[in-house]
Order: sequence, then C-alpha cells, then structure tokens
Amino acid sequence: MTVEEPTYDLGVVRYFAIATIVWGIVGMGVGLLLAGQLAWPALNFDIAYLSYGRLRPLHTNAVIFAFGGSALMASAFYVVQRTCHTPLLSRGLAWFVFWGWQLVILSAAITLPLGITTSKEYAELEWPIDILITLVWVAFAISFFGTIAKRKVEHIYVANWFFGALIIGVAILHIFNSLALPVSMTKSYSIYSGSVDAMVQWWYGHNAVGFFLTAGFLGIMYYFVPKQAGRPIYSYRLSIVHFWALIAIYVWAGPHHLHYTSLPDWAQSLGMAMSLVLLAPSWGGMINGIMTLSGAWDKLRTDPIIKFLIVSISFYGMSTFEGPMMSIKTINALSHNTDWTIGHVHSGALGWVAMVTMGAMYHLIPILFGRKAGEMYSVKLINLHFWLATLGTVIYIASMWVNGLLQGLMWRATSIDGTLTYSFAEAVEASYPGYYARFIGGAIFFIGMCVMAFNVYMTTQGKTRDETVSPSTPMLEPATAGGA
Amino acid sequence: MSAGWHWFVVLGTLLSLAFMAWLLFANRHKDNKGTTGHSWDGIEELDNPLPMWWVGMFVASIIFMLLYVAYYGGLGNWDGGGNWSSTAQHDAEVAQHEARFAPLYAELGSISEGDLQSDRRAMQVGRRLYLNNCSTCHGVNANGAFGFPNLTDEEWQWGGDYQAIRTTLIDGRVAAMPPWGPALGEDGVVNMTHYVLKLSGQDHDADKAAAAKPQYDMLCVACHGAEGKGNKVFGSPDLTNDIWLYGGSEEQINFTLTHGRNGNMPAQSDILSEDKIHVLAAYIRSLSQ
Repeated sequence: MTVEEPTYDLGVVRYFAIATIVWGIVGMGVGLLLAGQLAWPALNFDIAYLSYGRLRPLHTNAVIFAFGGSALMASAFYVVQRTCHTPLLSRGLAWFVFWGWQLVILSAAITLPLGITTSKEYAELEWPIDILITLVWVAFAISFFGTIAKRKVEHIYVANWFFGALIIGVAILHIFNSLALPVSMTKSYSIYSGSVDAMVQWWYGHNAVGFFLTAGFLGIMYYFVPKQAGRPIYSYRLSIVHFWALIAIYVWAGPHHLHYTSLPDWAQSLGMAMSLVLLAPSWGGMINGIMTLSGAWDKLRTDPIIKFLIVSISFYGMSTFEGPMMSIKTINALSHNTDWTIGHVHSGALGWVAMVTMGAMYHLIPILFGRKAGEMYSVKLINLHFWLATLGTVIYIASMWVNGLLQGLMWRATSIDGTLTYSFAEAVEASYPGYYARFIGGAIFFIGMCVMAFNVYMTTQGKTRDETVSPSTPMLEPATAGGA
Repeated sequence: MSAGWHWFVVLGTLLSLAFMAWLLFANRHKDNKGTTGHSWDGIEELDNPLPMWWVGMFVASIIFMLLYVAYYGGLGNWDGGGNWSSTAQHDAEVAQHEARFAPLYAELGSISEGDLQSDRRAMQVGRRLYLNNCSTCHGVNANGAFGFPNLTDEEWQWGGDYQAIRTTLIDGRVAAMPPWGPALGEDGVVNMTHYVLKLSGQDHDADKAAAAKPQYDMLCVACHGAEGKGNKVFGSPDLTNDIWLYGGSEEQINFTLTHGRNGNMPAQSDILSEDKIHVLAAYIRSLSQ
C-alpha cells in the first residue's frame, strides 16, 4: 500500500527526546548519589533534603516517570504518526502533554526532598500532583487515540497496541491507587487501609512495572527494532497472542510482593501461580524481538544501535524469567527484603528499559534534527556508551545478586542451639563489598549516559566527527552475512 | 470475603486462563504465508507460526497454575484440597524447631545457675540468646543506650541477682517516673534539678538545691529514698552515682522532672521457654561479674 507522506509534528517529539536525556542524567545521578550513601553514609552531609529516605523516591520517580516517561511519550508521539501515516490529532494538546509532564516532574523534584510524600512506593506524589498527572495523562490519551482514529492505513501497528495498553493501564492504576482524602494541600490519607491498602498498592506497583516499563517499552521495541535492523517483524501471530496474554495476566501478579504477610493466603497463592503463567507471555516479546533481528546479525559488527537493542531484549528475557522465579514462595522467602530485589529491578531498569531507550534515541534523535536515522555525531561514542552501559549493568546486578544471597542466607543461618547465627548489623557489614561494587557499576553506567548527552549535544549542533579509518590501519574483510 | 468478590476472583481467574487457552488454540495454524501484507512506515510483518517450545511452556504453566491452586487454594473462598495454610505451616515449623533443640535446653535447664556460669558451652548459648533477643535495645556488648540500661555494670534498677533478673525476663518491668512539671512549676523544677545535681555530687547552685529540699522530702522520697539511693522494688534509680538512664546533665534532669519517663522492659515468657530464660539470666548475671 502506498500512502502519501504527510508532514509530521516532530517539535514535541524533539522536546521529549531531549527531556529523556536530561532526566536520564538527573535520575541516574541521584541514583549514583544514593549508591554512594549506602557505601559511605556520610554522603548525606547531615542535610535532611539529601537524606536517603527523601532522595530514594526522587530517584525512582525521576528514572521511571521523568526519564522513562519522556522516552515513552517521545516514542509514542513519533511512532503513532509514522505508523498511522498522519500528523498528531492536535499539536496544542501534545504541547500541553509535554509542559504538563515537565511540571509534574518539577513538582516531584521539589516536594520529595521536602519530605512531602504519600509513602506509597512509586506513587509518593501528593494529591494535587496526582490530579495534574491525571489531566496530563488524559490529554496524552486523547492525543494518541485521536491520532489512531484518523490513521490513513487500515490496520493498527503492533507498537501502538502496546502504547495504547500503557495509556489505559496506567490511567486505571494511577486513579485507583491514588484515591485519597486530602487534609491539606500537602497531606492526604489513602481511602484504603490495612492489607487492602497493601494489596491495592502492589496491584499498582507491579503493574507500573507491567504497563509502564514492560508494555510501553515493548511498543518502543516493536517500532525501533525492525526499523533499525531493516527487517520485517518475525511473527504477527505471536504478537497478537503475547500482547493479549501479557495484559490479561499481568494484573494478577501483584500479591507476590506481599508473600508471608497478613495478606490472605489465597491471594498470595493466586498471585504466585499467576506470576508463573506470566513467564510465557513476557517471553513472547523477547522471541519476536530477537527473531526480528535474526538475519541482521552482521550489523552487530558495524551498528552499535543494534547492539543496544539486542542486549536490551536479552536483559528483558532474563529479568522476566527471574521475576516469576522470585515470585515462588520458597525462593521469595530467601530473596525478599534483600538486595536481590534491587538487582532484579535494575536488570530490568538498566538492562532493558534504559538500553532499549538509548537504542531508540540514537535512531530517533538524528531524524529529529534533520539527519538520517542513526546518523549521530559519533558512532564510536555510541559504541563506547554501549560498552559502558553493558559493563555497568552487569557489575551492578551481579553485586546485588551476591549481596542478596549473602543477606538471605545470613538472616536464616542458625547455630547448633537454634539461635540465629548473625545479627542484622553483621549482614549489613558483610554487604559493604557489594555496595562498593554497585557504586562502581552505577558510576560506569552514569558515565555512559554522560557520553550519550555529549554525543546528542554535538548532533543537535549539526556536527559530525570524522571517523573514517586511516589507511595505515589494517582492516579485516567482513565475513559474509550468510554465514551468520 | 463476600460472595460477590469470591466469584469475581474465581471468574476473573478462570476466564483469563480460558482466554489464554483460546488464544493459543485459535493461533495454532502451522501455515506460513510470508508477510501479512500490512506495511507501516516501511515495516512489514512475517506471520511465522508460534514456536512450539514456547506454546508448550505456556500450556505447562497454565496446567501447573491450576494444580497449584487446586492443592494450596487461591480461588477466593475455595480452600485447596491440601488443607494448607501459612499459619499452620509456620506453627508446624516452629514446633519442629523447638522439638529439635528441646533436649539441649532441657539439659541446660537442669544445671544450676552457678554451674552454668562456669560452663563455657552454656555461656556461648547464653550469648547467642542474648544477641538474638536482647541486643537490639541493650546493644551487642550489653552496654545499653539512652533509655536502655547497661547490663555490664554493677548498677541494677530492679535487682541484679539471678532471681531478680529471671523475674525481669519472665514478666518484664514497667517503670514510671511521673511528670512533676505541673506540681513543681517551672522554678520548682529548676530548684529540684539542682537538688538532684547535688545528690550526684555535680556542680550545683546550693541555694536552689536547698529551696527544693522540702519538696524532695515530700514528693520524691517515697521512691528514691531520703538519701536518693533509689529502691529496687519500684525500679527507682539511685540518684547519687554517675549512672544515668536518661542523662545526668542539668538540661536532661530538668526534662525528666518536667515530663517524666516511662521505662518498659517487655516480658519474654511468651517468646522464650523457661529453660532458655534460665540460661539467659545466668549469662546476663555473668556480664557484670
């Protein structure tokens, strides 16, 4: 089918793309400071605003909603236009989404260090900001679905299914979890209490992972992987099955965050069993991603963007395997409350979310600044970033795995008289090597992000680094693609 | 859970799984017609069949899920066939643990307090019981902290012999220093502060201390005694030494007098068996000897 190329609205996409880089630096920078505080507690400088308890939610909100959210909105607004072959429904509404979202982020950056919080994980922002989020999100939904409605092609592309699921899923989760009675501008009480409150919170918390960090970023994968690889999607059928399975099963998995608590047994058992069923739907996306890249393996040698994409899909597959395993009660009894959980989260956050975002942004940003896809200032710097990001992620999650097993085993070790062998503080002391290693891994990842920011800045300035190989450098003949 | 929620859970779960099964069944075709013919922004789609290992894994996980909830429960109010509950599992594991170590503690429980203290193995057990149960408040080295008594000195609020320590462990202790702010007034508290400073041999204003003397003899003497030596029956501390549970500075004494203090040593009898308390009391006694 040939469709006339319309003029796309790239302005708002450009702003969201730059916001992604900026908030990535900020969010990861705060994370690095926190990793430092855990290794050297004096790094809070005895200032309340810099204390761990206040900065931790700032870190999670910044990386998930500021960095991840900006990346999702940039991609959704870009992909929905390109795959519907039509400009956005309303340019004004899209700009409202951009500035509204930045206002939400700014409000979070001010209120969280001040200690204003609902204390609900990943939903710490107080009710006035929650209302603003709702308004912005509705505007996002109208922009997105309105654009889908006026599409020039018959079918809706699979990436848009995932963006659509993200928008509807997060709307429901955000509204129901945030229901609260305000007592002042900066304080409210949740309308839920006790274990119902805990269950609603983790229904939200787990599906923030499911719809925001999984479905949304699968949308990114489904567009940028075939685009960058120049390959067709492996299986339409598989995308249908795993899409519906993913969104139908994810919502049942929340109770595995509350194993061995006062949550009723039936909910814990059901949550665990459904978490295991979630493995196959999650892997459906991995299979489609990897098999789409299959046949373009030769590009791994020359195209670091492909490297970002394939490694991110690999980390996605690994962490969606690890998640169901950790939801098994007997394994959870060992892993719960240890650094293993932190490692698991970061194999998803650094390995999957951040790396697929970086791959997509390296493809997208040159286009937004009038170049061809992937034509960044320096391809070598993309390659450097790739290695820094991969190395940083591996060091980070390996150190947290070691720490998690160490803590879990030390907490349950008993002596010959049935007493616990170790005190809690001894397990903390034993965790220090892991904390240092995690700081190093995080620092490497953060440096990679700074390299990206530099590369992006130079690209926006219209510069290109001369990276032609000098004739004196011996070069090997590339193997033929057929051999891959 | 109400019947409505019960059926919401049952139907929601089973319909979701049925939907999964139908999805897999409806997409079972093995034919491969190449691309679907769709094209978006140059992206085409192949229509390869579902990988069979993946379908197998999916189906297996659904079957496992059904078997799991059938045995352990999970569908709302329906109990599983295995009659499992986390409470029963916990109780059984605790009972098993207790039974495993009961002979050891029965043996230690039959040894007298004095002999326990010279039994190196018993004291190691006592130290581990201490670290597990007491160190959170009293510190790893039993040196105490603000509001939590030091157990290594010879100063005992409630008595330091074996029997007294054992009673403290079994029943706990509640100490109540009433707030005297309203009765004494601000000036009265200041004067009494100097009287207490005088008792403990610290720098003080002699006139103010003298002014508080009549009130001390009327209000404080009942618990702390005429000489300020305290009374172990009430857990009222000796005010004449330099050991202070809530601080001995002028400011801290003033605060204690104005607002009072409430000490609470929790009873351990529900947590520790008598034999364990016996070993623990002997160990704690040994700390200050």
